[in-house]
This record gives sequence, structure tokens and C-alpha cells, in this order.
Amino acid sequence: MKRKSHPIPKPAAGAVAVLIGTRKGAFILRGDKTRRMWKLSMPMFLGHIVHHMVSDPRDGRTLLIAARTGHLGPTVFRSTDFGKSWKEVERPPAFPKVPEGQKGLVLDHVFWLTPGHSSQAGVWYAGSSPQGLFRSEDGGRTWEGVSGFNDHTMRGAWTGGLGDGTPDGPKLHSINVDPRDPNHIYIGMSSGGVFESVDGGKDWRPLNKGCAADFLPTPDPEYGHDPHRVLLHPLMPDRLYQQNHCGIYRMERSEGQWIRIGRNMPKKVGDIGFPIALHPRDPDTVWVFPMDGTEVWPRTSPDGKPACYVTRNAGKTWKRLDKGFPKRAWFTVKRQAMANDAHEPVGLYLGTTSGEVWASRNGGSGWTSLARHLPEIYSVEVAELSK
Amino acid sequence: MKVHIPTPLRSYTDKQSVVEADGATVGEMLAEIDRRYPGFRFRIVDEQDGIREHINIFNNEKPVRSLSAPLQPGATIHIVCALSGGV
Repeated sequence: MKRKSHPIPKPAAGAVAVLIGTRKGAFILRGDKTRRMWKLSMPMFLGHIVHHMVSDPRDGRTLLIAARTGHLGPTVFRSTDFGKSWKEVERPPAFPKVPEGQKGLVLDHVFWLTPGHSSQAGVWYAGSSPQGLFRSEDGGRTWEGVSGFNDHTMRGAWTGGLGDGTPDGPKLHSINVDPRDPNHIYIGMSSGGVFESVDGGKDWRPLNKGCAADFLPTPDPEYGHDPHRVLLHPLMPDRLYQQNHCGIYRMERSEGQWIRIGRNMPKKVGDIGFPIALHPRDPDTVWVFPMDGTEVWPRTSPDGKPACYVTRNAGKTWKRLDKGFPKRAWFTVKRQAMANDAHEPVGLYLGTTSGEVWASRNGGSGWTSLARHLPEIYSVEVAELSK
Repeated sequence: MKVHIPTPLRSYTDKQSVVEADGATVGEMLAEIDRRYPGFRFRIVDEQDGIREHINIFNNEKPVRSLSAPLQPGATIHIVCALSGGV
């Protein structure tokens, strides 16, 4: 029996925008209410590396972009008219300056943006590379480090240092704020694992019991894991899902450990991947996009056959959803590059490293290409334009 | 001093390729430019006062890697984006 902490919201019925961050700028795909007609914007910040573009569901018009260029340091741009005009924020995330002679952290890029709790208008969180957590209380105009994490005595051990991360640097990502409590926050780190704070970020503890980290010499470490994407379900906030480097997992907080629901995936496909998406009204329905994690980790679809997989029973069984995808293709879908809308049926959107946007209006049963020939896609987010 | 601005930074300098600035050191010169063009400095100098990896600064055609490097009045400064920064 499902235990739901919140009433089930009505499906969205308005127009949808897909926010696309790429290696060479940002784009917005605007769809109509039927999600059949789409129009792609011209690039914004052409040539900038856009790690994440996120809308603020609390006002429906603010967008933030986490950007840098090959030469220039990291910053955040802000729009209050849904992308028509942009301004650089006044004080972007940065680590504190340390005294002369000490070695301080240098922020390479802002990787992740998450709007704060619905009751805290103007609050945003950002995750960075190397792993840092930052907070804004003024809609993203100015940012401060969350000292409880950035200066935590265990931060160095938890993160493993600068050399222990993704090829593009170690990252803090997957910032989830509990819809029942703005002080209850989860983060994911690659590397580091899943961590939570119950006091608004003052202190943190690892939450990795049961999750494999088979790339480490320690059999069952407390931290050092590699969650690729972590999500809590808004209707069941004590249920977490993660697509990890070592498989697909679910945790019921009452049980206190991760269960590898990816073991129920077909053996030939495996359960390695980057993104994961949750049905907004059914905590048992989850989509993943598996990738080849064998040998040297090609990170392309297993056997070059792109497919999404869905479970409708919290991971007991999985179904392949590949109708419409090319029979063979060799792209990768990054951890930020799959998202869903809140319509009925749910729409799914994913962006590929080869610059294509694929979408399904029916929960993954059939896929169509919405855009192609874009730069390498880093992130895909969905904004509901009207209720 | 005349400070030559590379194209990626001209969005800060109202499209100007050269700006006038004073300062006894590279750090002071950049601080003055940042006061007039907020955000400029952090794009090329990190929070630990290191000149970013793919940025080169030349003082009268000689490379400098430190904000404490002294500058003479009338010097010509070039801020250059290194060839290493693009993909």
C-alpha cells in the first residue's frame, strides 16, 4: 500500500518549456498545450559553457543559468522575464579567500542550481565543482557559501579531494529540499555519496548504507560513493531514488538503507546510467536511461540501442521503452539531461551529447526528436508555463 | 595606463577594446576596472587571487602571473585569453 504524505496534485495542462544547457550556450524549446508544436529559441550566451538552466516555479518567470567559458571563470546569469533579457548576478558563488600562505579552494564551475523551499521565496541553492554548497536568499543575485558543509571538518574526507571526481571535475549535485521542511536537505556528490542535513545545512551526515561503491578498496564504506543523480519523491519525501555509478537504488527512510532495484533490470542492459526521473503523481513510477558501464565505460546505450526503462512498481519490474529511438546510436545522456513534465500522460525529455532533444508525450511509450544539431547537451529541465 | 581587453571580456567594458586604468600593481589596476565594470575581475582572477589558468596578462609585453606585480605609470597592459581555453 502506498503511503502518501501529500495530496496528489492535478496534472498540468498548460504550455511547456524545455530549458536546455549545452557546451556552447543555452536554448529554450517552447511547446504548446498539446506538446505537439515546438519552437526552438536562438542560442542564449552562445559559446558559453552552460551547465544548468533552471526556472523558479515559485514565480514562473525567473531563470538562472550556471555558466563559464573556456577562458573565463564561473558565474551565474539571471533573467526575470523568462529569458528575454539577462543580467550577471552581483556576487556569484565563490569559496572564501584564505590567508596568505594557505591553499584555499577555487571554484571551477557552478554545476547545479535548485530553487529553495516553496515557503522561502528567493532562496536558491547551488552546487559546484569542486564540491561546494552555496545559498542565495535574494533570488540568485548574491550567494554565500553554506559554511556548515564547505567548512565541515569532514569535507575533505567525504569528497576525497580534487583528484576524486568526474573527468570534468568533482561535483556537488542533486540538491533536494524536503517539501515538508526547508531545513531538511539532501545532496549528492561525485565523489562523496548522498548526504543530508536536518538543520538547514549547519551539519551533514552520510546516507549511503546499502549502496555499493565497488570502485573503492573498502567493501562497505560510509562515504566515497558516486551517486549520479538523486531524487526524493515530493509526494513521499521519505522515499529516495538514485541512479548511481553502481546501479539503481531506492531508499525508504524508515528502512534506512539503499535497495538495489536495478538488479531487476535485464542482465544484458544492466543498471548503470546517469539520469533518473520520477512520476510527479505516482511514487512507484520511475524512468532511467541505461548506459554501457562495462570495461572502459563507453557511457553510450548498451549495444548502441537507445532505450528508456520504466518501473511502475518501485523497482520490482522494468519495461523497455524504445519506440521511436534510432535502432543504433552512440550518444550519451548526462545526469542533468533528462526531465519530465507534470502533464497526463507525463512527458519525458532528454538531451544527448550529440545535440539532440528527444521527447515522449506518453510516459515513454513513443519518442520523437524535437531538435537536432545542437551543441553537446549538458542539461535539460522542464518549466510548466501555466497551470 | 592603457589596458587592452580581449573580446570575451568586452561585454563588461561596453564593447571597448582598450580602457584607461591606474594602479601601482596588477591587482590594483584590476580592482579599479572592476569598480567601473562589476564582475570583470572574478572572470579572470579566482577567489584566492590567482590569475586564472587560461588568462595571460602582459605588462609592456612581459608576462606577469601575480597580482602583486608592480606597474609603472604609462605602461601598456594586455589581458589575453590563452590559446589553451577553447574546445
